[in-house]
Amino acid sequence: MACETIVEDSIDILVVGGGLGGSGAAWEARFWGQDKKIVVAEKANIDRSGAVAQGLYAINCYMGTRWGENNPEDHVRYARIDLMGMVREDLLFDMARHVDSTVHQFEDWGLPIMKNPKTGNYLREGRWQIMIHGESYKPIVAEAAKKSADKIYNRICVTHLLLDDAKDNRIAGAVGFNVRTGNYHVFKSKTVVVAAGGASNIFKPRSVGEGAGRVWYAPWSSGSAYGLMINAGAKMTQMENRIVLARFKDGYGPVGAYFLHLKTYTQNCNGEEYESKWFPELQKMVGKEYLDPELSHRTHRPIPTCLRNHAIINEVNAGRGPIHMVTMKAFQDPHLEEVGWENFLGMTVGQAVLWAATDVDPKSENPELTTSEPYVMGSHATGAGGWASGPEDISPPEYFWGYNRMMTIEGLFGAGDAVGGTPHAFSSGSFTEGRLAAKAACKYIDDGKAEGIRINDQQVQDRKEEIFAPMERYKIYRNEIVAGTVSPSYINPKQGLDRLQKLMDEYCGGVTVSYMTNEKLLNIGLKKLKIMEEDLESIAAKDIHELLRAWELKHRHRTAECVTQHTLFRKETRWPGYYYRGDAMKLDDKNWHVLTVSRRDPETGEYTMEKAPCYHLVGDEEEKAAKKKAPAKKRA
Amino acid sequence: MPTFVYMTSCDGCGHCVDICPSDIMHIDPTYRRAYNIEPDMCWECYSCVKACPQNAIDARGYADFAPLGHSVRVRRDEEKGTISWRVKFRNGTEKNFLSPITTKPWGTGYPELKDEPAPSNEMRDSQHLYSEPKYIRMDDGDVHTLESNKLKMKLGVYY
Ligand SMILES: Cc1cc2nc3c(=O)[nH]c(=O)nc-3n(C[C@H](O)[C@H](O)[C@H](O)COP(=O)(O)OP(=O)(O)OC[C@H]3O[C@@H](n4cnc5c(N)ncnc54)[C@H](O)[C@@H]3O)c2cc1C
Ligand code: SF4
Ligand code: SF4
Repeated sequence: MACETIVEDSIDILVVGGGLGGSGAAWEARFWGQDKKIVVAEKANIDRSGAVAQGLYAINCYMGTRWGENNPEDHVRYARIDLMGMVREDLLFDMARHVDSTVHQFEDWGLPIMKNPKTGNYLREGRWQIMIHGESYKPIVAEAAKKSADKIYNRICVTHLLLDDAKDNRIAGAVGFNVRTGNYHVFKSKTVVVAAGGASNIFKPRSVGEGAGRVWYAPWSSGSAYGLMINAGAKMTQMENRIVLARFKDGYGPVGAYFLHLKTYTQNCNGEEYESKWFPELQKMVGKEYLDPELSHRTHRPIPTCLRNHAIINEVNAGRGPIHMVTMKAFQDPHLEEVGWENFLGMTVGQAVLWAATDVDPKSENPELTTSEPYVMGSHATGAGGWASGPEDISPPEYFWGYNRMMTIEGLFGAGDAVGGTPHAFSSGSFTEGRLAAKAACKYIDDGKAEGIRINDQQVQDRKEEIFAPMERYKIYRNEIVAGTVSPSYINPKQGLDRLQKLMDEYCGGVTVSYMTNEKLLNIGLKKLKIMEEDLESIAAKDIHELLRAWELKHRHRTAECVTQHTLFRKETRWPGYYYRGDAMKLDDKNWHVLTVSRRDPETGEYTMEKAPCYHLVGDEEEKAAKKKAPAKKRA
Repeated sequence: MPTFVYMTSCDGCGHCVDICPSDIMHIDPTYRRAYNIEPDMCWECYSCVKACPQNAIDARGYADFAPLGHSVRVRRDEEKGTISWRVKFRNGTEKNFLSPITTKPWGTGYPELKDEPAPSNEMRDSQHLYSEPKYIRMDDGDVHTLESNKLKMKLGVYY
């Protein structure tokens, strides 16, 4: 194929991925860098790309400091307990203290935020969530990015980051290809903000065949943020912290608004409450510090998300599935019924389609719940991602190397799912992280840190050959066989994805093994992933669309490898309900109250694993006060 | 399947091709009309459905769990700032919903950041982002710092 090489030179800030994090970066960069050249490279069309493509019905991270509702340190406590103690509290605090200003901007831009008619405040869904009419959330946010950036390149799949040839471990841009024209794109840039989203489809999904696209996180979340950073040699953290979600069965409709706003609840096949039954045994596994239902009852301290999954998984395995969401009561109220439906139509249309197809009307029938396949992401109730520097005024030395949200490669920044240790950022927090990264990137440039960047032609040429190799391979070998997709010389991206999902599912704790793994299994998994990497050299793409899938697969594979390495390293079950290490079932605070950090050597492919300190920023005053105030009561 | 395109309604304008986040709406070279080339990578996000000026695209529930005979139709109107949905069950029950999508005429509520007064060095060195502290507490407070909340980083390291 005759494809051109297009070089975009002298960029100051290149934003890779224009989802919520990337849009935040592009927007904010213009204020701090009024003279700077800001460019976005987005795989899809920024108007409807990323996890928010179909909209959202809630903003899940809003403090409400202005109404006296919450302070940032409250949010740190909350996220810390939900993640069983393991978060980067400096990054979380920093995101939380800025997130309200982001949400107030969204409102100014036209996002319809629901109001509480009594108080005039935003209508709360839960302590941290506010309700919105968010069908057009993404186009509204994208408009801000489009207003700010010098240029938005849509339909560019970024495949590699470019490293500086003049100075070790410094960023110099990125390369990729245009999914429409097939052109090779070279972006030479002083800084790069990676905001290319989390990873779905690393594990085998519950849906099969035509339905395989019905996953909870978008099928186009290809783990590119992780693939790009790991391949460039950036350090990663908490990659073992994959997430499993409790969702409406098959459609994967979110349950947040149902639990929090509609006050629905769950029961087993006999109509019994089952959750608390599993807690005494579980408490022995994780300790009272992490599971104390009495205390949770009296304070705002939640029962960690993963532990609630644990109860569902065990109840179903005990033969008392299905788990039902009791909607029949709430749905008798026409207003609540409307909220229930619009919640899906604005955020997971597939769930509404499913109920229509199967004649399930939650008003007259309680729908089933299930647990999903695992996902890898950094912004939901989980915190996988890159190891980033924190802000100047908060972070201890181990967490601070000069510029907020800068990775361990100079000039490389991250936002949203890309940043590790900052769970519960969600859409608003991801946008906020983009803003923080952009301000820091401008500062980095103004401090002269990006002077003298050089990219030699060889690097640019090598990448080009690598990117288009799958199409070359197809051209050479397609006539070796009569027809069809079975070749002795190549596999196609779909076949590769099937293999990745099967092996991750079986060896790394997916659905079919009830999220269970151990050291032996993980080692076999790693071996198979290594062999698969060799086969990825022999992947073939019959057109540019398949080339896109091939690179998505390569990023997914690298993410999967890193997840497996981390899961092997952390010899404990820190998050029962997300995954279990069968050979180390107990949470082990003595040895593992630490963050895990990895680095893959780009030359040798070897991983170095280390433990990093888990610092606690805020105290437990709130809990202590609650304990004092209310004497222990039996739970009703 | 997720999405499919009615042959007689599509005029091949390409809006759906332009918007699909999964890059799976393509124009068929023979018929010059759009179709979904990879249903198993479709999220049923309805981006293409909403974008089609001819209402030529529809979605049919995923075949691995959804029976035939239902429909969920949508109309998104940027002029009016609304979105309306019609859900038809297999058994014929119908439900209709209408929501706002914006509170402002499309694309008007954004300041021009390049025309804002340039940030001072002091602002650059502070923890403030654009529009802060004004936008955090609407004028009656500032960003939180450790000192402002009498917090101390607890330097107890756990191994
Ligand atoms: C069903 C669902 C419900 C949710 N509910 C809520 C909710 O109610 N409230 C809430 O606040 N949050 C919610 N979230 C979470 C929220 O959507 C995410 O936290 C947020 O979008 C993450 O932002 P991000 O920028 O990291 O990733 P994304 O927004 O996914 O953006 C990533 C971007 O990178 C692009 N990209 C990927 N790979 C490449 C590449 N190789 N080259 C170039 N570009 C690339 C993608 O196209 C995309 O635009 C929900 C998510 C889902 C899926
Ligand atoms: S519903 Fe979404 S993913 Fe499916 S074809 Fe349309 S735009 Fe693409
Ligand atoms: S947007 Fe509608 S009319 Fe245009 S190509 Fe797609 S299906 Fe056809």
